[in-house]
Amino acid sequence: MTRTYFERQLEKIQEDMVALALQVETAMERSVTALSERDTELANQVIDDDVKINDERYKIEETCLELIATQQPLASDLRTIASVLHIVVDLERMGDHAEGIARVALMMADEPPLMSYAGIREMAEITKDMMLASLEAFKDRDTARAREISDQDDEVDALYEKILGELLVLMTEDSTKIEPATHLTWVAHNLERIADRVTNICERIVYLVDGKIHEMNVSKY
Amino acid sequence: MEAEPDANTKMPTSENLEPEPADAMDFSDPLFALENVSFWYGSKQALGDITIKLPVNRVTALIGPSGCGKTTLLRCLNRMNELIPGVRLTGQVAYHGQDIYASDIDPVEVRRRIGMVFQKPNPFPKSIYDNVAFGARVNGYDGNMDELVERSLKQAALFDEVKDDLKKSGLALSGGQQQRLCIARTLAVGPDVILMDEPCSALDPIATLKIEDLIRELVSDFTIIIVTHNMQQAARVSDFTAFMLAGEDGAGRLVEYGPTQTVFTNPAEKRTEDYITGRFG
Repeated sequence: MTRTYFERQLEKIQEDMVALALQVETAMERSVTALSERDTELANQVIDDDVKINDERYKIEETCLELIATQQPLASDLRTIASVLHIVVDLERMGDHAEGIARVALMMADEPPLMSYAGIREMAEITKDMMLASLEAFKDRDTARAREISDQDDEVDALYEKILGELLVLMTEDSTKIEPATHLTWVAHNLERIADRVTNICERIVYLVDGKIHEMNVSKY
Repeated sequence: MEAEPDANTKMPTSENLEPEPADAMDFSDPLFALENVSFWYGSKQALGDITIKLPVNRVTALIGPSGCGKTTLLRCLNRMNELIPGVRLTGQVAYHGQDIYASDIDPVEVRRRIGMVFQKPNPFPKSIYDNVAFGARVNGYDGNMDELVERSLKQAALFDEVKDDLKKSGLALSGGQQQRLCIARTLAVGPDVILMDEPCSALDPIATLKIEDLIRELVSDFTIIIVTHNMQQAARVSDFTAFMLAGEDGAGRLVEYGPTQTVFTNPAEKRTEDYITGRFG
């Protein structure tokens, strides 16, 4: 085996990326739970933990830059590092979206639930599953799976539209609900953006394997 | 020397030998067109069935592990290999469509038009001026020699550093300057092509970067074929890259040839990938 150190570092950035994704998954899960259960402690934890997600992203980024500077990576090694660099940014931004949901949870914690959160929970479940599946597809270098996952963005978009419609009805029927309903549109929008970022990850998987950058499933929003 | 392909020694033809038209280069009218070129040093085969087209006014890099035949291939392009006794070539090396190994072709004229720069700077033990003027004098150049020397030194990006003392010995220059002097000497005889055999391997990083900058400058007027062991150098200076590898019989073959960007980011062949990522070689 040649280039032992380089091989180990290449594996490490990919393992660290998966660990980062799991932190983001936890943040997504907790933020929606904090919202639906009006749990301010949990919401604050998501906000506090986002700093760790940001730090972890920068650590991975630094390792990637060090490898580029010192190891002159080429071909699939270069594509792996370039993909990780992009994906950690997407993951970190997903963490920010989860943090945004946690902040809405804090704003709405003292008010009675405006509506059933089943739709929002469903959106969160699908986006979370998409995100975890995309990391699995990255590990397996599975472009067919990446394309399937990216297509699931349509389900998230449809749910987003449905929730948005329900909130608009609430707002037009009762003007006192405009403010809390607007907050919930932010939540739905954040989840929709997370799914879009999963699509970005899927694009990177195709680049990693085929060396070609294709835009997948362009979102309406 | 045999110029005709020998049916008995014909080897299987490699695939993927024509680069994708990534920069819309027209390979229908290449500067060099090699067809089934095989080469032997005595009984030892060094090249096996090389078929490749090299475009004009581009830098093409030949890469591959030691012993894969890069330098042999380079030296086949201007008949330098003929200077070694007991060598044999089959196949065809066409330059502007003309077989350079044809019996009516003068090898000296071939080497004038297809110049060469070697691994170790090798200026003559003469003044800077005479180093540059030497080849032109031998060729009976009857123009203004001062102008030719100045123009060649300027093209080689050396003039400003030496203009105050052209009588100084070429050997008194630094390694990087000596290599640029050798490039000026090559340019002074008016070639179309410059073959470079690891031109920076004896130079420090700054001198190396100067030569690399020079290569990019020169390619607007000349065609450059460079052999290099330095992968980053190939990636920095070349437009096209050919990866060679010796087969089990020891003969070097072309494995992959394509636009440099593609070869270094997304090679088609696993053997190329393994070599450029340092997994072997």
